Amino acid sequence: MTDPRLPAAYLVPGSSSFSEFLSQQAPELLPSHRSLPPGSAADLAPHGTTIVAATFDGGVVMAGDRRATMGNVIAQRDIEKVFPADEYSCVGIAGTAGLAVEVVRLFQTELEHYEKIEGTTLSMDGKANRLAALIRSNLGLAMQGLAVVPLFAGYDLTTSQGRIFSYDVTGGRYEETAFHAVGSGALFARGSLKKLYRDDLDAQGCVTAAIQALYDAADDDSATGGPDLARRIFPVVGVITAEGYRRLPDDEVAAIADLVVGARMLRPDGPAASLT
Amino acid sequence: MSMPFYVSPEQLMKDRADFARKGIARGRSVAVLQYADGIVFVSENPSQALHKVSEIYDRIAFAAVGRYNEFENLRIAGVRLADMRGYAYDRRDVTGRGLANAYAQTLGTIFSSGGEKPYEVEIFVAEVGDTVEDDQIYRLTYDGQVADEHGFAVMGGNTEAVTGHLRENYRPGSSLGEVLQLAVGALGQSDAGSRVIAAADLEVAVLDRTRSQQRKFKRLSAEHLASLLGERVGEEAGRHAAGDSTNPSNTDQSRNRDQEQPPVAPPVAPPVSPQPQQPPQPSDPVTPPEHPDVYPPVDPGDPLR
Repeated sequence: MTDPRLPAAYLVPGSSSFSEFLSQQAPELLPSHRSLPPGSAADLAPHGTTIVAATFDGGVVMAGDRRATMGNVIAQRDIEKVFPADEYSCVGIAGTAGLAVEVVRLFQTELEHYEKIEGTTLSMDGKANRLAALIRSNLGLAMQGLAVVPLFAGYDLTTSQGRIFSYDVTGGRYEETAFHAVGSGALFARGSLKKLYRDDLDAQGCVTAAIQALYDAADDDSATGGPDLARRIFPVVGVITAEGYRRLPDDEVAAIADLVVGARMLRPDGPAASLT
Repeated sequence: MSMPFYVSPEQLMKDRADFARKGIARGRSVAVLQYADGIVFVSENPSQALHKVSEIYDRIAFAAVGRYNEFENLRIAGVRLADMRGYAYDRRDVTGRGLANAYAQTLGTIFSSGGEKPYEVEIFVAEVGDTVEDDQIYRLTYDGQVADEHGFAVMGGNTEAVTGHLRENYRPGSSLGEVLQLAVGALGQSDAGSRVIAAADLEVAVLDRTRSQQRKFKRLSAEHLASLLGERVGEEAGRHAAGDSTNPSNTDQSRNRDQEQPPVAPPVAPPVSPQPQQPPQPSDPVTPPEHPDVYPPVDPGDPLR
């Protein structure tokens, strides 16, 4: 920034997409514009693991564990992987932590930029599609082992309901009903939610089910961290309703996690579902 | 074959300044005022869609008068600049000062380039701080001059009557409701008298430092605005006869005065910025009340005038 004037390109009317503007003005800031030497880079950087989300009547809950791993090493115990994307949506990320955080920051800026320039927010599907485009442009990096797989959830103001979208590394976008999970522990978390989730759960119930699911994921997947009782580190939980995004305070999450862990002391496999 | 005429640089600049000022003076005014919890922008703007006041970044907002296409262009450039800097560095590194500087350089270059017509705009860039003392309000004129404002400031057409009213009645540290009523009363002032601006014709936005969100900018909804303004005498008359002067005994101004007895003139001169930045106005073409018809008349239906 040697010239204090606004560059001419800034004054050209045109796209209201920040990532498009960035690709013309400062492509080096886009994660997708980086080229890597051939070979796998998968073991270079920490990976984030399990994210779960579930809808309830009037909103949606997203929770993520706190562990980042690098091979067999726990790289970080208290990483945060669930972020508000804007006032009515949030995004959780699994995959290469550094890139994922960058993609989230770009996505947040993208939504805010659109909102400020156009004077209105994107629709829920519009947001989901923008995120798909950002993930798609990362395909080259994903093929070298630096994949980023987000889970996107939000409250749709037009239909007044919580919605969940999952993605694959090619930018495929899939709407999920009721609940979903991504990351290395997702299989176990999804299996757990399958048995625990009910349509009539409220926000509190959904948070409990999500924490149970993360516990089950940590139980069977070494890369997912369970509630850390010694250090008092608990999952990050975001709740989105018509009032907007709210991150649950740590003590609320701790209270629920303590109940879950207490019950597991008596029955380590968690609540039993009825056979029929 | 035509002969090139010699035009002195003074005359050239003066002509360009006159041109820009005329364009700006045709518009309705925008007032910006500090209150206890932040900064409020008030303007008369019947359009719900085309805004004069907008958000730039977390703590920074933008207000403009003049040509819509020109200030819209500047606004978008400001959003891009702010988002770019916030993304490349950090959200805290986006400052109102940096933005005001970029605008000033841009406007100044265009004004003196000669190749382009000068922008017919005036801009406020305001940044809300953690305390009233940290608030910053910058006024940028068409020629790229920057003035640092304190307390309140007005731009657009007819600023003298509005500023005069504010200077008499503004008190630092007032609540949002108080400054809003004051500003709306002030915007209704003109040389021809005063009128009450209908709530539906107001565009009001605040930078509220007490907001828990990172983004402090908020537009006031119609209900919130109505509750803050309270019952106003003569609102209906103002609505139907916008632009006409209503009976002075029935105006907002007289009502404000009645309520505020004894008149609370601050002991010290109100915090108006020293005005060295104001360009010397040799023959101010903005407000010659004798010849209002020289300029294209204000179209009451035009949302941005």
